[in-house]
Amino acid sequence: MSTITDDVEAGSTPPPTRNQKRAARVAEAASVGTKMLLLKIVLLGVVDAIALYALFVLVGHEQWLVAAIVVVVTALFNWIYFSPRKLPAKYLAPGVLFLVVFQIFTLVYTGYVAFTNYGTGHNGTQEQAIDSLMSSALVRVPDSATYDVTVIDEAGQLGLLVTAPDGTVSVGNNETPLHEVSDATVEGGLAVAIPNATSLDFAQVIERTDEITELSVPFSEDPNDGALRTQDGRSAYLYTSSLEYDEAADTMTDTETGIVYSNTGTGAFTAEDGSELLPGWQVNVGFDNFVRAFTDSSIRGPLIYVTIWTFVFAILSVATTFFLGLFLAIVFNDPRMKGRKYYRVIMILPYAFPAFLTALVWSGMMNESFGFINQVIFGGAEIPWLTDPTLAKVSILIVNLWLGFPYMFLVCTGALQAIPEDITEAATVDGARPWAIFRLIKLPLLLVTLTPLLIASFAFNFNNFNLIYLLTNGGPRDANAPIPVGFTDILISMVYKVAFTGQTRDYGLASAFAIIIFIIVAVIAIVSFRKTKALEDLN
Amino acid sequence: MMVKKKGLVGLGAVALTAAVVLSGCSASTGGSDDTKASGSTSSLTVWVDSERVDALKGAAAEYSEKTGIDVKLVGKDTSTIKDDFIQQVPTGKGPDIVMGAHDWLGELSTNGVVAPLELGDAAADYLPVAIDASTYEGTTYLLPYAVENIAMLRNADLVAEPATSFDDMIAKGKAAGLTQPFVVQQGAEGDPYHLYPFQTAFGAPVFGSGAEGYDPTDLQLGNAGGEQFATWLGSQGKNGTGAFNTDIDGDIAKQAFLDGTAAFWLTGPWNVGAATDAGINVAIDPIPSPTDQAAQPFAGVKGFFMSAESKNKVAATDFLVNYIGTEAVQLELFKAGNVLPALTAAAEAASEDPIIKGFETVGADAVPMPAIPAMGSVWQYWGIAEAAIINGADPVTTWQKLASDVQAAIK
Repeated sequence: MSTITDDVEAGSTPPPTRNQKRAARVAEAASVGTKMLLLKIVLLGVVDAIALYALFVLVGHEQWLVAAIVVVVTALFNWIYFSPRKLPAKYLAPGVLFLVVFQIFTLVYTGYVAFTNYGTGHNGTQEQAIDSLMSSALVRVPDSATYDVTVIDEAGQLGLLVTAPDGTVSVGNNETPLHEVSDATVEGGLAVAIPNATSLDFAQVIERTDEITELSVPFSEDPNDGALRTQDGRSAYLYTSSLEYDEAADTMTDTETGIVYSNTGTGAFTAEDGSELLPGWQVNVGFDNFVRAFTDSSIRGPLIYVTIWTFVFAILSVATTFFLGLFLAIVFNDPRMKGRKYYRVIMILPYAFPAFLTALVWSGMMNESFGFINQVIFGGAEIPWLTDPTLAKVSILIVNLWLGFPYMFLVCTGALQAIPEDITEAATVDGARPWAIFRLIKLPLLLVTLTPLLIASFAFNFNNFNLIYLLTNGGPRDANAPIPVGFTDILISMVYKVAFTGQTRDYGLASAFAIIIFIIVAVIAIVSFRKTKALEDLN
Repeated sequence: MMVKKKGLVGLGAVALTAAVVLSGCSASTGGSDDTKASGSTSSLTVWVDSERVDALKGAAAEYSEKTGIDVKLVGKDTSTIKDDFIQQVPTGKGPDIVMGAHDWLGELSTNGVVAPLELGDAAADYLPVAIDASTYEGTTYLLPYAVENIAMLRNADLVAEPATSFDDMIAKGKAAGLTQPFVVQQGAEGDPYHLYPFQTAFGAPVFGSGAEGYDPTDLQLGNAGGEQFATWLGSQGKNGTGAFNTDIDGDIAKQAFLDGTAAFWLTGPWNVGAATDAGINVAIDPIPSPTDQAAQPFAGVKGFFMSAESKNKVAATDFLVNYIGTEAVQLELFKAGNVLPALTAAAEAASEDPIIKGFETVGADAVPMPAIPAMGSVWQYWGIAEAAIINGADPVTTWQKLASDVQAAIK
């Protein structure tokens, strides 16, 4: 609003001198009431208070990078809003902040994941993978007893005071194997303390959880006898480990088979025959995911027909909705038509219902044996609307036509009404027929205004996940495809299936696909907008 | 003047959003924050499916009182709890304990996010099927609290006597004047879980089992029994009797049973409430077998996993084994879900209800659903092959293709 006034002033009066400018600024600053200033201070105070709270939380979590970002952003906001100038920044700052948080961060993160092997079996760091492998490699010695234990602290080193089922009491720690002791205090058949060591009560056990989970007391001098471990600080069991980790060589050895698994840089310990120990860990795999997307024979086949269908779906969706919308707009724009207003209201009704609901209702109506369409309209015919590969595609286009034409109808009506009537009159005087007037004059004029909307509609339908997911979920399934892809899957729903269904997720590959889709849509949008500019120049 | 106002509106928006975003962050990180900051009072964060938070509140409070360890119950949406857990654990922000189902085990273990749980001698107190299901490659990871399996729901007002065999069931239903007496949910991509009892009746389990549970290298799916099952399924499909129909999904099956147009409904305990609420006189029968062998459904076991990155493994183990594993808590959880408890003593107490007793009887034959990752490959092809057979594809060749596809995917 203010910019408009500025423009008008700038246009109608000669440019102000420097002194005038300064006077205007002083006047403006003075005109800001104390109330507004107070409100500004209060609001900024709220922002700062929240930032300060966030800072405490973040520092508590030792998240230094995020904390630094919070400090910088808060300082920036204070500077922008306390500065008397910086008018554009005052408008832009909130929007830019949200853009960065909700869009750019997601984009960058997706880009990052696309270059890793993140997915099932490659979920965390190598350290976590080793921990997890070692703990699941522990096997309880068959038929071994439960040992009641007390955790003891001998000069800072934790040990186990063990009462065996036969009543013998022994002591050991990580270095010293279990050896019998005779001077233990026994309460109710359970050894609770020995001299020169403090026994830990439950609270202390909880406090030193990390040390206790590391505690592994060798049962005897022979390592093959296994070691006692406790999970709850009360009872211990005898375990042997089927894996051994060599830190220097970064290899895992299976103690039963003797197979050595080494870190070959693929994100998992791999044996010479290619078998892997899972869990592995996340590593950077460069362009592997992109290469796989195009060359992996199991993905390539589905990818080709899914891509073709995606284009067909997006182009036909835009074309059908646009032409139906345009046709209806022209019909209802004819002044000879009575009661146009009411028809128009009815026409935009499909647009007023939530698209999710509409898609679900249509999927119910199109059920082969029980759906409304077959049962009522076709008198019990069994037309496989959603289960035949070709017909399912037609059904999707029909439903999308239903969902999309009201929008096109609305924008076409608006654009048609913006075309002056005298153009039509002039053309009629020159002897043009109605079809020629429409084809040669009205349509080009319409397209100038509507092409950007058509491009946006194309981009929307290219990624129209909701409709596909709710109507057919990509089905009917292609029984020959190695990934659970169907004949009506579009790229985005295929990506979803790669990333989020089944037991083997592949986030890296899915992110690579997401980036490929982004590039396709971006290229098409840029090229089309260039074309639109050319169209504008023509007029 | 105008300018300032607009600036203020923007500032207000920033303040508001920042508040929302930050409160979201602090809510999710608050739990681990406390654990780290103060050493003396530990806390356990437990992710629970939202419907069972109340059932655990008593046990959590009691445990806090006794040990001084604060137990934080966080209600989570069941559909996202597994993925959230897998993604959060490596970042260190995950919970100490998560509620889940045993068939997640393969995936959780492959991702290295669960820690082994030593039940010790307490293992003998649970139903054998629950312990079998909680064990993966010889190691126990799950503290079970419920065992779930499907059974045949019968509308006792329509058909008074249980069916003795599959054909008897259809005959009894037809005698009662019903055109589609038996319903089971399928859908365009089939539903192998609900067809599995019939498959096992022909002696075709998915995998053979060894000492450490299911053996992924021993695929039994495509054996001779499997082909007989496929032939039978084809004869009961579209071109046969029509007992199975891929257009019947969960909602249509439910509606048919509630309307009384179907007298038999093969489904799980989760649907019994809807049937009794609709005033139907429900009886739970064993699944009528199409052969002379028993029709064994899959058993699903619900329980609690411990995070591999938990900083409080000792407290978590203690809480699970010594508190969740007690009869009182298991019965509380039973009341919240009406699913048979996994602890034998609690299961006996719960079986006083005839419905639960019915499911328990069927469950005695049930086999744990395989949790091995190879099962993912099976699910991928299984349903569509069965759906194709129901819709008239050649049973034996379709079944052989299924077996070879699965074999190729497992490698």
